[in-house]
Amino acid sequence: MANISEVNVRAAAIPPTEIEVKLRRQRRISSTLRYSLLTIVGLIMIYPLIWMIGASFKTNAEMFSSAGFWPKEPTLQGYIDGWKTSTPYTFGHFFLNSLWIVIPKVIGTAISCTLVAYGFARFEFPGKKILFATVIATLLLPNVVTRIPQYLLFRELGWLDSFLPLWVPSAFAGDAFFVFMVIQFLRAIPRDMEEAARVDGATTIQTLLYIVVPMLAPAIISVCLFQFMWTMNDFLGPLIYISSVEHYPVSLALKLSIDTTEAFNWNQILAMSVLTLTPSLIVFFMAQKYFIEGISSGGVKG
Amino acid sequence: MGGDSKYLGLWYVAPYVIGLLLFTAFPFVASFFLSFTDYDLLSRPEWVGTKNYEKLFTRDRTFDKSLKVTLIYVFTTVPLKLTFALFIAVVLNYRLKAINLFRTAYYVPSILGGSIAIAVLWRYIFADTGLVNMVITGLGGEPVNWFGEPSNALFTITLLRCWQFGSAMVIFLAALQSVDKSLYEAAAIDGAGPWRIFRHVTLPLITPVIFFNLIMQTVQAFQEFNGPYIITQGGPLKSTYLLPLYIYDEAFKSFDMGYASAIAWVLFAIIMVLTLIAFWSSKKWVYYAGDKRS
Repeated sequence: MANISEVNVRAAAIPPTEIEVKLRRQRRISSTLRYSLLTIVGLIMIYPLIWMIGASFKTNAEMFSSAGFWPKEPTLQGYIDGWKTSTPYTFGHFFLNSLWIVIPKVIGTAISCTLVAYGFARFEFPGKKILFATVIATLLLPNVVTRIPQYLLFRELGWLDSFLPLWVPSAFAGDAFFVFMVIQFLRAIPRDMEEAARVDGATTIQTLLYIVVPMLAPAIISVCLFQFMWTMNDFLGPLIYISSVEHYPVSLALKLSIDTTEAFNWNQILAMSVLTLTPSLIVFFMAQKYFIEGISSGGVKG
Repeated sequence: MGGDSKYLGLWYVAPYVIGLLLFTAFPFVASFFLSFTDYDLLSRPEWVGTKNYEKLFTRDRTFDKSLKVTLIYVFTTVPLKLTFALFIAVVLNYRLKAINLFRTAYYVPSILGGSIAIAVLWRYIFADTGLVNMVITGLGGEPVNWFGEPSNALFTITLLRCWQFGSAMVIFLAALQSVDKSLYEAAAIDGAGPWRIFRHVTLPLITPVIFFNLIMQTVQAFQEFNGPYIITQGGPLKSTYLLPLYIYDEAFKSFDMGYASAIAWVLFAIIMVLTLIAFWSSKKWVYYAGDKRS
């Protein structure tokens, strides 16, 4: 359909014939239709989120009486009560737990994936083909089949109810998707600079640190952002490994608050849901371009 | 770099190799063996042969139900989500000034959708007096019992995942934008209308990303856990009791590790077979540029 517009642009200098007038009208209609459709779909997509933000400032009584998002008598009560939680800890405590899971995990992922991708993209070594094939295979391997023995392994190691089961696999480049993404990115970067550095006597590790990492920065940032987002959202991992409330991340704390405040105080739960989503939203809007690039180049789940 | 030892690269990939052996390969093999045992964490695993599988396929009504629900879920969610994603990508692939704004708006649900907070929101939106029913009654319709009716309950989870069509859409959009514009012009000069151009020019050229999205989304849909766990708790009448939920209950609530492993392996086998069928059939319908096959 883009063809019509291009033909049009070229013909603009010549006085319009009947066919051209018709094409232009078609193009205008097409454009209007597209805008209307995209706007309607966009509003439907975003409305639940807007409603949630509005509802978190409503009283419980108002929440189920109108579909509008603007609260009649805005109140912070949901946030105040929700923040206290039904546990001895505040919601802030759970946020710190989440950060304490996320930050080491992101750092471990970034370092290990960069090293491994560099190894795959720039060196020849025995068994490389088979190892690379396992990266692809792991990408497609459903976690559900490895989860139980992983649990048993971490239980043997005495790591249950600690953050180690969540940190350690990532520090060993356990997320094949990220390894794959960085390899793809690295393959597209010319090797001239690295070769020049090697000729000048730099070791491979110096070349990696001073030449490759700066060029890889966009890919590494994408990896960090996705890992941040996924780990903040991760529910099943903490559900299996973290048992004491003291160590709960936000996702488990939110689930706990539904269980304990069921049927009433929905504004508290929605208020805490909004807070749960806030870090991810902020990070997304600050670094949108890396997300879009990361997913268009490597393809992503979600 | 000729002077380097031929093992130098291995040092760089060593973390991956260790991780692969410890956290993927070993658990993968171990879960296969576990599926032939009886193991409750208290005593040592006891070898029971194919007993777990026999029970699964002959006596376990919950498994039958769970398998059926899982297949229904996957085969409705994946096509709906991908069709919608492709449709919106095609509409968006035009000289629209606001293309980035729309792309962002559609992508936000994908970013947040995995969060437990969104599953919580879904529970409220589809509650008896929730947002959706308020809109329906506002438009003069009858309120729908979303969580009481078995067929509706599963559909709320399908809707949640379709709402997250953004990442599939961004991949489609990138592929559409890389299609050579001169091909469209050539087809238009030959007199092809918009639909025929889409069907015979665009669609064949983006089959690689359709294939990629199809595989990734299917593997993911088979592992859906958060949605049914938070939104419906598997109910009503186990109508949203997807296999991952069943595996979780068997393993981490009943501590029946052997039986849970057997269910996991059946699920894995189904995913494998479908993936292999997809790869095998891709030779017939996926077009790769520069490919010698015509």
